[in-house]
Amino acid sequence: MEHVRAFFAAERGDDGKAVGTSLARSDALGHVTGQTQFYADRQFPGMLHLKMVRSPHDHARIRSIDTSEAEKLPGVVRVITHKDVPANVYTILRLIQVEPNDEPVLAEDKVRFKGEQIVAILAESEAIAREAVAKVKVDYEVLPAVFDVEEALEPGAPLVNEYHGNNYFTYEGHHCRRVRHGNVEKGFAEADHVIEERYQSSPIEHAPVETTGCIVVPEANGRLTCYSNTQALFFTLDNAGLILNVPFQKLRLIGGTVGGGFGGKVDVITEPVAMLAAMLTGRPVKYAYSREEEMQVSSPRAAERIYIKDGVMNDGRIVARQVRLYVDAGAYSRHSPYGTTKASAHMPGPYTIPNVSVDAHCVYTNRTPSSAMRGFGVTIGDFALEVQMDKLARLVGMDPIAFRIRNAYRDGDMKAHGELTKGAALVETMQAAAQLAGWPLSAEDTAASSMKAGG
Amino acid sequence: MAKLPLIFTVNGTEQAEFVDGDALLVDVLRDKLGMTGTRVGCGQGTCGACTILIDGAPALSCLTLAVSANGKDVTTVEGLAMGGTLHALQTAFADGFATQCGFCTSGMLVAAKALLDRNPDPDRDAVVDAISGNICRCTGYEPIINAILAAAADLRSAKSA
Repeated sequence: MEHVRAFFAAERGDDGKAVGTSLARSDALGHVTGQTQFYADRQFPGMLHLKMVRSPHDHARIRSIDTSEAEKLPGVVRVITHKDVPANVYTILRLIQVEPNDEPVLAEDKVRFKGEQIVAILAESEAIAREAVAKVKVDYEVLPAVFDVEEALEPGAPLVNEYHGNNYFTYEGHHCRRVRHGNVEKGFAEADHVIEERYQSSPIEHAPVETTGCIVVPEANGRLTCYSNTQALFFTLDNAGLILNVPFQKLRLIGGTVGGGFGGKVDVITEPVAMLAAMLTGRPVKYAYSREEEMQVSSPRAAERIYIKDGVMNDGRIVARQVRLYVDAGAYSRHSPYGTTKASAHMPGPYTIPNVSVDAHCVYTNRTPSSAMRGFGVTIGDFALEVQMDKLARLVGMDPIAFRIRNAYRDGDMKAHGELTKGAALVETMQAAAQLAGWPLSAEDTAASSMKAGG
Repeated sequence: MAKLPLIFTVNGTEQAEFVDGDALLVDVLRDKLGMTGTRVGCGQGTCGACTILIDGAPALSCLTLAVSANGKDVTTVEGLAMGGTLHALQTAFADGFATQCGFCTSGMLVAAKALLDRNPDPDRDAVVDAISGNICRCTGYEPIINAILAAAADLRSAKSA
């Protein structure tokens, strides 16, 4: 264990003194007295309420939109459609060179998931805004929808997102993110046993107790101040500037107090349209999701389907691992192309396997767009991998911890995605966990170390 | 819509407001009285973030018509600290890491106060039952339950001292 401590001490300049001491949270007194100010605790005179007309269909062409009845309702101040948005089509991660732009701020000629934003209503009260939403008439031509990642990749599947031209994200000309290391076919041919298993997960909603939202206030100096519970202030600022076609310094984001995020508040959805609304009306605007909206339209963790095929020797060495992984991005990219890349690099697991092949697909379907959630791209893969490791251990008749120690990364091993292993601590972590759990290890496994190849 | 008079006591102070008949108590507390410590998480009575006390009993202020509080005595999270001294529950929550994002905290504290006011020596099951209508998505419930039990013990020893 000492070498592990030494490694991290050097890396972090850590004197080790914080461990074992209890430090008060700086925000605890604000929380327990109710004084912590969340975005919705701010009030502004003349504040308008924004409510959204949303698609009742999973996939439909919009033939026409009629807002005339809604506009006549007393208390309705403004109706906003895609025509009002300076640069309507975006994708959040364009800031880090992910392309193409594939998502409209407000739907144009098509909706691609149930709950998609189409028309924003601004009214003097929330109740009036809700009433006006019900008066907007949208004429839809319902289209066939696809909800399964593998069905979406079959020939003849409904095309979800025209900006991609296919139901998958294209990685440097390839239909998936690929990892290639050694020769898996050779590995399978040499293996004593080969097994293939299928794993899948459903989307998971973060369900923060505070729903997503923001308040935007036009200032006398021409700037817009946005009070938001976003987890991503700079993604929001930069994307909003591009969508509204205004210089970034015209926008001021105030955040940092989030009533539960867990990754569910890293998208840029409420702020650009609320900022536009404030620009068009010259009044403060609040756009807050209802609980129903939070559950229906905020991005969940992506559903994944993962096939893992392994070749293993009787002595417990895994000699080949082939993974086919599908991330259900839903209708738009948001953070999924990045999450899928993370999954591809992660999927061999923390194990040294000489022959690895990973195909990780980022797939578009007519489900709610998925995005970040606690270790996205990794967590579901880890579930699949570690269940697979238990199955492999049983197959060769080994103790599951001993089986993992046999295959764990050692310092100096080459990872499948081409990174040399440094600072490995998996063997030591498992030894410590086994000791705490009273799990017996052999003398050989007790003496194993991350510092020695095969040790 | 004609406004209706609402005269009630909030955290020991009498308040008088004219409100719409369909106004919710939580909106009057937050928007008219500026007591934003009471949070709104769901607006449908399932998350408990808006929990307040009406005449000492826990109530969901997002489902309570404001006018129904006429003549009543309301306590919110802002009323827990008396004269600048934190309530034992507030100290225990802060010391016991029973808060994380803080959004559920107000409702948790108020629900816990209702419990300790009627039962100064609750067992663990009674604490779990008392906060069963309050959802926390960060901390998990263990530190919260432990903090409530610690506060109960503090209050008992303060009383016997």
